[in-house]
Amino acid sequence: MSKFNWSVSLGVLLLLTGCVSERVVLLPSADGRASALIVRDARGELVLDKPYAASVRRGDANTAYEATPEEVKARFADALAAQPPRPSTYLLYFEPGGNVLTAASRAELNRVRREIAEHAAAEVRVIGHTDRVGTVEGNDALSKKRAETIRAALIEGGVPADKLETVGRGERDLLVPTEDEVNEPKNRRVEINLR
Amino acid sequence: MIKIFWAAALALLGATASISALAAEPAGMVKTSKGVVSLERGGQKLLAVVGTPVFPADKLRTGAAGAVGVTLRDNTLLSAGPNSLMVIDKFDFDSTTQVGSMSIAIRQGTLSVASGKIARQNPAAVQFHTPTSVLGVRGTEFVVEVGEGRDE
Repeated sequence: MSKFNWSVSLGVLLLLTGCVSERVVLLPSADGRASALIVRDARGELVLDKPYAASVRRGDANTAYEATPEEVKARFADALAAQPPRPSTYLLYFEPGGNVLTAASRAELNRVRREIAEHAAAEVRVIGHTDRVGTVEGNDALSKKRAETIRAALIEGGVPADKLETVGRGERDLLVPTEDEVNEPKNRRVEINLR
Repeated sequence: MIKIFWAAALALLGATASISALAAEPAGMVKTSKGVVSLERGGQKLLAVVGTPVFPADKLRTGAAGAVGVTLRDNTLLSAGPNSLMVIDKFDFDSTTQVGSMSIAIRQGTLSVASGKIARQNPAAVQFHTPTSVLGVRGTEFVVEVGEGRDE
């Protein structure tokens, strides 16, 4: 009995490795940027550098061909439908010197809360930043405080606490580079990364 | 007394081993799951439901009506269709410096990929493997199918 099973599995294994078919299709990128794929095997490489440029393996060589959106849909609809939601980034801005959001960002925070709630198994990173008014140490603390404020607001809005990570970057990552002691509204912000 | 000491020492050793296993950072998380999807980790088989963390060396397998989607920590999106086997061969990523590397294998079935931050920062550090070929990525979305050649 076990002998029989072994010979069957060996046969299946040979069948699988003996005539594997492989196919690779480059898709248009979501942000419209140019992209490329390099398909390399023991014999050499193929470069796919246009949307729907494709490679198929026949015998023991990769051959280039042009796929179509219809073919991609027919072969890959299930895999593409299972794609997780795209990660996104939000920016919220603060009034000078503290952890009070600007009026516009208060409204934006509600939208962010809703989007996080709709995101399955959301993982959220909140990164606080400051402008260059004040000391480096003071700004480290202020950036952390801003991140914690937003974290608390998101928890209050129903986001699970264990999925929320906070970081304070002080005045290290300026959105708009400035001289020291410059009051720059775009630098007084919290960045929210949702994944 | 000596016996008790050894039992305690062994228990401590076991606890330390499991802590260090837990301390390794996950590569990503299951974000979509349909039908039967299993995750094989060190000889154990788990159900890969939404929210399950995925670690390097994990194997994800989908059933005949299964599909799964995983977001890696560098924002790479991976998803597999039915009858697929995907392996996270290697993944490391420092979210502060955005430096890392990854190697993913599709052994069978269908896989869709939208590459993430590692590919943007250092394309050479990203590899996808099929049974016969290696795919190099230059900021890309693509699909891969590994079948048994019946329709060729």
